[in-house]
Parts: sequence; C-alpha cells; structure tokens
Amino acid sequence: MRHVLSVLVNDQPRVLARVSTLLGRRNFNIESISVGESEEKGLSRMVIVTHGDERTMEQVQKQLHKLIDVIKVHDLSNHPAVERELLLIKVEAGPAARMEISGVVEPFRAAVVDVGSQNMMVQATGERAKLDALIELLRPYGIKEIARTGVTALSRSMVQGNS
Amino acid sequence: MGHTVTMVGSQSGKAESPKTEYTGSEILLRCLIEEQVDVVFGYPGGAVLPIYDSLYEGGLRHLLARHEQGAIHAADGYARATGKPGVVIATSGPGATNLVTGIATAQMDSIPMVCITGNVSQELMGTDAFQEADIMGITMPIVKHSYLVTDVCDLPRIVKEAFHLASTGRPGPVLIDIPKDVANARDTFHYPKGVSIRGYQPTSSAHPLQLARLREVIAEAKRPVILAGGGVVTAGAEKELITFAEQTQIPVITTLMGLGGFPGQHPLWLGMPGMHGTYAANHALLETDLLIGIGARFDDRVTMGRLDKFATKAKIVHMDIDPAEIGKNVNTFIPIVGDVKNVLQAANVDLPQSDSAAWIEKVTGWRESYPLCYRDSEDRLKPQWVIRHLYETTGGDAVVTTDVGQHQMWVAQYFHFARPRSFISSGGLGTMGFGFPAALGAQLATPEQLVISVTGDGGFQMTNQELAVASLANIPVKVVIINNQNLGMVRQWQEVFYHKRYSEVDLSGSPDFVKLTEAYGVKAWRAKTKEEAITAWAEALAHPGPAVVDFWVAPDENVYPMVAPGKGLDEMIMGDEKA
Ligand SMILES: Cc1ncc(C[n+]2csc(CCOP(=O)(O)OP(=O)(O)O)c2C)c(N)n1
Repeated sequence: MRHVLSVLVNDQPRVLARVSTLLGRRNFNIESISVGESEEKGLSRMVIVTHGDERTMEQVQKQLHKLIDVIKVHDLSNHPAVERELLLIKVEAGPAARMEISGVVEPFRAAVVDVGSQNMMVQATGERAKLDALIELLRPYGIKEIARTGVTALSRSMVQGNS
Repeated sequence: MGHTVTMVGSQSGKAESPKTEYTGSEILLRCLIEEQVDVVFGYPGGAVLPIYDSLYEGGLRHLLARHEQGAIHAADGYARATGKPGVVIATSGPGATNLVTGIATAQMDSIPMVCITGNVSQELMGTDAFQEADIMGITMPIVKHSYLVTDVCDLPRIVKEAFHLASTGRPGPVLIDIPKDVANARDTFHYPKGVSIRGYQPTSSAHPLQLARLREVIAEAKRPVILAGGGVVTAGAEKELITFAEQTQIPVITTLMGLGGFPGQHPLWLGMPGMHGTYAANHALLETDLLIGIGARFDDRVTMGRLDKFATKAKIVHMDIDPAEIGKNVNTFIPIVGDVKNVLQAANVDLPQSDSAAWIEKVTGWRESYPLCYRDSEDRLKPQWVIRHLYETTGGDAVVTTDVGQHQMWVAQYFHFARPRSFISSGGLGTMGFGFPAALGAQLATPEQLVISVTGDGGFQMTNQELAVASLANIPVKVVIINNQNLGMVRQWQEVFYHKRYSEVDLSGSPDFVKLTEAYGVKAWRAKTKEEAITAWAEALAHPGPAVVDFWVAPDENVYPMVAPGKGLDEMIMGDEKA
C-alpha cells in the first residue's frame, strides 16, 4: 500500500542524507522525498512517499525515529490529508498548436507560464494522478522536458482551513 | 590559521591569572576530562596535530596504538568491560577510514563509543584536499549519530551530547569530526550541565498494561523459555534476570552477546542457541509455548533465518529498549519497550510461577543427555580441552575476549561465564582482529581483573602489532593463540559445505608467534601437548606482565553442534563424536 509520511526533522546539514541513507540501507522503497521549511524555525518538513505492508511501514517509522535529527513521524495515509505536487512541463508547440494546448490544460487548472517560438511551458499542481493524466494528454504534442517536485502534504486535521 | 601565543599571566606583575580563552583542541580535552575519561586510544596525523599538541600538556592518558583499528577496538574493549564510552582519536583521511571497521563493530553490538576524527580545515573541505575523506558520509550508516563541528563555540555542547547519546538508550558509537581550523580557533570554556536533544527520548520504563499481560501468559505457560541477549548485559540487569527466572521457574538461554548476563553455572541455564548452540537450547526454542526475549534481537545466527521453524508454537514476548527491534525479525505477541533492568524490576513485583515443572525436567534432561562434547586425544592438543583448561584453572574468574572463528565458538561453549561483561566478543559484525586490542582496553579498564585474549592464528595476525602497546604500557593481558595453522572456521565450512575444497585457508608462512612476541619484549610460551599446555599456562598466569601462549592444536577440529545455514534448529549436526 502507498503511504505518505510527514517527517519533522532538524534543519541540519546532511539530514536528507541521513534519511535517504537509512531508507536505502533498510531496503525501503521511496517514490519521492520532498523537503522544505516547516512552521517552526530550525525544523524542516520532509514528505516521503513510500510503499509497503503494515509491518514494513511500522519498521520504516521506527527506524526513522531512531535518527537523532528526526523529531516526529506521521503517517498521513491514516488521516484525511491534502497532497499536492507541482509539475513543470515543456511541450513542443508551434504557433498553430498553442491554442489547442491551452485548451487541453485548462480543465486541469494549469497555467501556461512561458512561451517560446517552438514550445511552451505549462505549470500544474495537484495530486499525482492528475498530473500523470495531464502528461499523457500532452504527450502527443511532443514533450521536451519534465520537472516534478514530488509530493508534499499536510494532514487536514492538523492544519484546519488550509486547503 | 594564525597561532597565537597562549596568554599566561600578564605584564602587570600579577601572578599567573587563569586562562580564559582556549583553543578548540584544549576545549576538547577539557570536555573529555569533564566526562571523566581516564584513557584515550589514538594515532596522530596532520589534521589532529593541534589535538596532540594539547595532549602533550598531560592531564589525559593517551595510548599510542600501532594502527587506528587497534586503537578503536581497544576503546571498544574498554567500553564493553565497563559500560562507559570508549574514546578514540584519529587523524583525517586514512586515519579516519581505518576506524570504519571498529565503528561498525561497535554499532552492531550497541557499544558506547566516542570517535574523534580530525579533518582538513573548513576552507579546504570539499576540494579533495590532502588527506581529506568524508568520514561523516562514509560512517553515516554505522553510527548512532555524528557531528561535524563547524564552530568552536559548539564544541562543548557537541561533546556533551555525544557522550550522552553514546551511553544512553540503546548505546552506540558517536562520531565527532573536527576540522583543523576549529581545533585551532579560540573560545572561552563552559561545559554544559545537561543536554536537551529534542529528537531523542528513549523509553525507559515498561507499559503497565503489557506487564499485566506478561503475568497472564506466564501463569498460563507450560513450556516457557527466556532468550536473554546483550541488552541484559548493557542494562546491568543480571540480578533482576535471576530473580525473574527463579520466581517464574523459566529456563534461560543466553545468546552469544548475552553470555554472562545469566550465570553459566545456574541450574536453569540451557546454554547458547542457534548455529553452534546446545541441543537443549535449540530444542527448547523449537518446543516452547512462551518465548520471552530480553534484550535479544532474534538475529539469523539464532533463528537461522528460518522463522517457519523458530518457536512456531510460542507466544513471543519481546522486551527491548529499542522499539525498532520489536517486530523487526519475529512477530511479537507482547511488546515491552524499555530499559530491560527497569522492565524486569517492574515485572518482578507480583510475578506468578509458570506451570513448568515437567518442562524443566524435560529440558534439563536434554542438557544431561546431549551435552557439548568432543573427542579428546592424548597425543594431540584439542582446542576445546584448552578452553576447558582455561576455565578450570581460573575458576571462571576472568574477563575473556575472543576474536572471530572457531575458537570464539569454543570459548562460548566451554568457558561458562558467571558475570556480565566477562565475555567480550564481536558478535554482530564478527570482526577478526578485534579480540587482542579489545583485551588491552578491557585490562586498562579493569586493572585488578585477569584478562585473557583467546584468539586464532589468523585473527591475531590482523592486529598483533598492538603487542607494542602491551609491552610498553605493561598491560598484563594473557594471550591464548588457538593455533590450528589455518583459517579454521572457513576451513570447516569448506569441509562441510564445499566438498573439502580447501581454498585459501592454509596459514603457512605465519610467523613463529613466540619469536614474534619476544621481539616486542613480551614473554611467550609454546605448547603442543597437554603437559606443555599445563605448564606454559601456569607460568603465563604467574607472570606479572603481558604473556602470549601459542597452543598448537589439532588442525582439523570442527565446531559442533552445528546447524547449516538455511536449515531449521531441528536439523542439528551433532558432530562426528555423537549420533
Ligand atoms: C575481518 C574479517 N575477515 C574475514 C572474516 C571471515 N572469517 C570468519 S572466521 C575466519 C577464520 C578465522 O581463522 P582464525 O583466526 O585462525 O580462527 P579459527 O577459526 O581458526 O579459530 C574468517 C576468515 C572475518 N570474520 N573478519
């Protein structure tokens, strides 16, 4: 089963290396890791998307807890949570295709953020599945580059009113 | 980095006013003294020149090993003998990488250590400077925690935290990497009184609900057994364990790391389990209906990785300070997280007895019917006989370190340990070269104790250069070489599993160990027969300084019983001596 872990860590040099070394060494698979500042100075929030059965997930959490720089581990899969990812995608687009592409991305509430002579860049946010779908729709036009941030997430109960 | 002249006193005619500013390296040593470190092991080099310059002042005993691996295993032996963190210092680059085996050894066995490495100055870091190695990165998977000191003002806090982390909770090695510019930088010195580490709060006492459940299952059990591991030794829970076992009437198996955690002379003791375990211990694990693991981690040398055959009829209770151990290898019916001394103390209030009389009769019957045995010989010295002789002549009153291999298993089998911290061995990593330097550290830690280093002729050659330290500091360790002229344990596997295709296990070309030892100014004996062995050992024991006895034993002896890898505990090979 897929799990989204929210891990509060000390904002220390190498903390990402400690976490990823641990996950790698213990043979836990990682779909994505994203790190950024948290609400508290000195702490970062790491969001890890991983797969595993209940027993594996218990181990992942316990092993993460053993790292001194890990303050808190939360499995967001057990709570209502908001998950988002940011996608930037550069698509081949001559003048003729631009209108059509704009039409394709619109229902995704994606935005065209850059236009060149032969291509354009689209920005979209959302859940992973939505972004995957958008990529598939754009594929026929010719995808030149993709950058994705990986999932970040917050539990709904923790941060009320923030969608 | 500009060196400033130390300011002592002043021109104004006042007598020596106390220094108020210190260099990073002086601060480091003051911190070590604050932590009551009485000996450090190490090896100098460019990046630690400032530290060694401060050591020159005196005030802290330093032993110059002959290889950083020797230094770190000595620090480890010191830690295992006392429970206090061992301290080692090495220079950057090769000095630091020479510590890696020792750090991993300590991590695998949860040994408290503070490992101090120098590094190149910060402005050079990342440039592949001379003798630069990313020791933080290299050791990340094998430390409990690590620090790179980037500012001298952090140093006291970091040292304080390092000692705290190393020695509390589940102990382990902590690395402090100190760039040369930090060692040279100056600051005032205040040693913090306490630590506050937000992400570190080991659980120390057991959950009362789980203890209540424990009492229930004990009262119901018919075939209970205790599996006691290194955690009992670490926690100093030996008395509590005896009370627990006696009150509940539950027989006790001790893992390799648990040896000494429960007296090897106790009527409830069944020996060691697993690959070279006793019949009684392994069969008790097969048939038990209640298995209580205490500070043991159910590793594959105990379970043989065959969980389908391990304690399949049992409810498993698991007491451990590390929550991550619970459920890691076996499914647990009752998890009890906490320091096992506290856990047992709490459990020992109001303990029920288990209904184990018939079971005890059965398992002790196994112990009598299937004892450990070997075929003795009058013309060849047998290694098991030598170990037995050590046990009998010392009455078991010794600290024994081992290296890794057959002799290690024979010590575990034939020397019965009465006290915790009297058996010192690299269990988890199985590090050859560990035993002799560890004995030096253990001897320095317990000067009144007889310390014996039982080692193989292979492993001894990995760190025998530390004879120089034994000689110079007159550390009266008695080294027992079980000299079978080959890499015995590997030879055994090749005999049993590889059709006697003996590949690269012949140790021909080894030195004459007596001459080698004497070259260091240490006394040595050789023994090829029982008579020689008895005399040589008696003389070595009587000799007040360090001594080496080279016992030439039968080269083709195997360790039995044995469970082949991948087999269950029910498939023990009892050996050629016994059906
Ligand atoms: C550093 C290291 N290298 C290799 C091994 C693999 N190994 C395990 S036991 C053994 C043989 C040890 O031979 P010896 O020291 O003579 O002891 P014996 O088994 O003969 O008692 C070897 C090579 C090891 N444990 N550690």
